[in-house]
Amino acid sequence: MDFQLTPEEEAFRAEVRAFLDEMLPPGTNTADPTFLAEWQRRVREKRWVGFSWPREVGGGGGSIMQQVILKEEMAKRKAPPLGACYMGLAWVGPAIIQYGSEAQKQRFIPDILDGKYQWCTGYSEPGSGSDLASLQCRAVRDGDVYVVNGQKIWTSIAMWSKWIILLVRTGPPGVDNKHEGITCLLVEMDTPGITVRPIRNMAGGAMFAEVFFDDVRVPVENRLGEEGQGWQVTVSALAHERSSIAEVEGLLRRLDELVELAKTSVKNGRPVLEDDGVRRRIARFETRIQAMRMNGMRFLTRQLKGEPLGAETSINKLHRAELEVEMGDLALEIQGGAGHLEKEVDGGRWQRFALSWPEVVIGGGTPNIQRNIIAERVLGLPKD
Amino acid sequence: MNFGFTEEQDLLRQEVRKFLDASAPMEQVRKIADPPEGFSRALWKQMGELGWLGLTIPEAHGGAGLGMVDLVVVLEETGRTLFPSPLLATTLAASAIRDAGSEAQQARWLPRLADGSAIGTVAVEEAGAAPDLAGVQLAGRRDGDGWRLTGEKVGVLDGAVADLLVVAFRTGAGPGDVALGLIERGAAGLVVESTPSIDATRRVARVRCDGVRVADDALLGAAGAAAPALARLLDQAAAAVTAETIGAAEGALRLTVDYARERVQFGSPIGRFQGVKHPLAEMYVDVESFKSLLYYAAWCLDHGEPEAARFVSMAKAYAGEAYARIGIDGVQLHGGVGYTWEYDVQLHLKRSKWARAAFGDPDHHYDRVARLRTEAR
Repeated sequence: MDFQLTPEEEAFRAEVRAFLDEMLPPGTNTADPTFLAEWQRRVREKRWVGFSWPREVGGGGGSIMQQVILKEEMAKRKAPPLGACYMGLAWVGPAIIQYGSEAQKQRFIPDILDGKYQWCTGYSEPGSGSDLASLQCRAVRDGDVYVVNGQKIWTSIAMWSKWIILLVRTGPPGVDNKHEGITCLLVEMDTPGITVRPIRNMAGGAMFAEVFFDDVRVPVENRLGEEGQGWQVTVSALAHERSSIAEVEGLLRRLDELVELAKTSVKNGRPVLEDDGVRRRIARFETRIQAMRMNGMRFLTRQLKGEPLGAETSINKLHRAELEVEMGDLALEIQGGAGHLEKEVDGGRWQRFALSWPEVVIGGGTPNIQRNIIAERVLGLPKD
Repeated sequence: MNFGFTEEQDLLRQEVRKFLDASAPMEQVRKIADPPEGFSRALWKQMGELGWLGLTIPEAHGGAGLGMVDLVVVLEETGRTLFPSPLLATTLAASAIRDAGSEAQQARWLPRLADGSAIGTVAVEEAGAAPDLAGVQLAGRRDGDGWRLTGEKVGVLDGAVADLLVVAFRTGAGPGDVALGLIERGAAGLVVESTPSIDATRRVARVRCDGVRVADDALLGAAGAAAPALARLLDQAAAAVTAETIGAAEGALRLTVDYARERVQFGSPIGRFQGVKHPLAEMYVDVESFKSLLYYAAWCLDHGEPEAARFVSMAKAYAGEAYARIGIDGVQLHGGVGYTWEYDVQLHLKRSKWARAAFGDPDHHYDRVARLRTEAR
């Protein structure tokens, strides 16, 4: 075991810190549009947008360790995101880089890096959630176009997106492989026949939407990968680091805020933080967060050795799910009777937090799906 | 950055596993654990010859001069089959002497502890008190160039077979006024009484001191100045128990997964049902997670990192909770046969009760995590 960084890695960390010192002096308003524009220009110039992507497509070519260092330092300083096209950077770009034609790469990758417009992802359907491969949204070839009919749901930021990456059915599922017959299309959101209907969530906001497709005509040249290859296209990802470091730093910061809340809240004439029960629950959170960090370091070590990472990364997803739910719940409990009031404490930020966990807990696979994955792929139990 | 084991450590693991598979598979464990001594002298001697008893003892005193991370590898393997032996106890006594003992004390005891000709243990915990500095109440009274000890220790690992005990006692009224004294088997006034455990694979004893004399040259360090040495010993002990618990919990998980794959009900292996599958997945999540915490804690102990105490406590608290849950769920998932003496899973349920309490239960360690967090600010 050795937790030292190499001199090159230390130098990179110093470079990141110096940049953040320069860009984020105390008191910086990171929500100010002028600041944000300058921030995005500078980080793009440093090639930290798409940092894990190959340099030849305009990415940063960052090594796994450099990605970890950059993410950790950024998260510690609450720095704004690197790049503005969130879904494009996370999902669409990697798929295009790996499966896209030369024309598609040239058309889409620079815009994603520059954050010119938003992308959204059309995967889930009303009848296909956890069992995504059962999707029904259909595309029928008609000369040079596919004609798409069907519906998507839980499509984040669909109402603000210019493009959608879409999974559609172009053929029947295979007898042995239900992932057959699925194709990936890139569709412009203003194409006639597309209707977007925002869905209001339990926190009162609307970040995701239903998207309806009614005889939507998509040029064949906007197919990503081969017909029937859609499943691989979307599950593939470039070698991005799997240390969970950004999530861990975020949770640690949230924990600090929770401790502060417990310190300043009073129950029976003394700070809630002096209550043994509350202290232990907080210590338990810290233990789980640090376990995520150390699990992540073990995953990272395997990644650095070139070993494949599989279902074990579900471990940290389960921890995060539990932490998001329980930390929000404790925050409201600490507030006592005010816990159910909309804006009585801290402008209602804990209420918003306690009502927003489904975004990360359910999105990307529910906890029970993660448990199935571990049980079947790691422990070798029979499939359902 | 490398959070993995070295090739040597991987080899050590294989060697220990091979030895235990051949000499002490699960079906042998119960025989070995039979009274009166509760362990095999023959296997103990071999372990000494293989160098595992002296793993963390300096080479100058007949050991291998390795660290906590290496010890973790061995303890994980002995934990896997609940292998009964005074390895944990002896290693802790040796560590205390290595870290706080004089050259003469080291030269006298370490070679014998390394080759297995002496069995050591540590006596810290007292009835009704936490395993920490404040909980040390056994009284020392000044007596010429030494001390007279009066009081009682409980839960002393392998106390009944120990040739040497490292005993924590109080030298004054100040919070830090404690000492660690070396007491040999048969010392006048020393009464060691075996206290049978529900877990036959683990032997503990009650140790009474009725005016036992400890000369000044049998103290580890100066009288009244042993608080740092005691704190270190307690961290090593909590880490060592947790290392064993990793192997034990993996053993219990393996037993239960195997059963769930073989047992057929409603025309299907029960491991296909999510009501069975999900608790097993949770067990895996927990074991991997406290394992990661413990590995880092062990590395911190070896490198004198200030984070060591916090991570030891996080690992111990998590492991204590998780293994107890695994013991219960393991028995439940086995159904009726889990309740039988014949099946091994019940041994884990019993061991988990010891492991949870030994050197601080989860509440004790979570309290410490909370305190260390406040102090760090």
